Amino acid sequence: MLNVKEILEWIAVLSVLLASIISMISAFGMIRLPDVYTRSHAATKSSTMAVLACLSGAFIYFWVHDGYVSVRLILGIVFVFITAPVSGHLVTRAAYRARVPLAEGSGDDALKPVLFGDEQTSPTITADNVDKHE
Amino acid sequence: MKETILLLALTFFMIAIGLLLYRSIVGPTMPDRAIALDTIGVNIISAIAIVSIILSTTAFLEAILILGILAFIGTIAFSKYIERGVIVERKGDS
Repeated sequence: MLNVKEILEWIAVLSVLLASIISMISAFGMIRLPDVYTRSHAATKSSTMAVLACLSGAFIYFWVHDGYVSVRLILGIVFVFITAPVSGHLVTRAAYRARVPLAEGSGDDALKPVLFGDEQTSPTITADNVDKHE
Repeated sequence: MKETILLLALTFFMIAIGLLLYRSIVGPTMPDRAIALDTIGVNIISAIAIVSIILSTTAFLEAILILGILAFIGTIAFSKYIERGVIVERKGDS
């Protein structure tokens, strides 16, 4: 029969399995999406979710199975949860400032005339964007 | 049964790392490679947690912290190099 310990261990193991499936979905997004910005969307959000679920599963498993409350796992969870969105934002910002082009079929780029302005942008696109935003 | 599920999850993480390795090798631009390497580091953290569950030891949990810190600092260095062209800015001369 299942007691509370067994049920909590199963919850931990299924959480780890869910984390691995989310990570696979994130990796397929990294392969199939068209440019850097959509790829950073796939990589940052879902892999943060995956590592949170996996480390939480490990924490619950060690807590129930061994009676061992691991402070290091809690620190790892908090650290990854803080730093993963920050690093995704930094890489995407660096990519935009290094003039990595957007994919075909992207929408209106409102940041481009503000950030780069008159330098090196073709005048038709700049005039078009300025007209739309005034 | 539980060990089988954990090994299956470890296999999924390894497949994800393989796909991200493809992206970090053939990625068209430099920020693609930086994002792929950051995600590889995060997936390795998860894989270490699963391995330490399977081996039922708590000796690998420091490696999780160290890898998290190293992946974050590495990504920051990459993004700063991509944006500015230098990593350590020296004020004054140059």
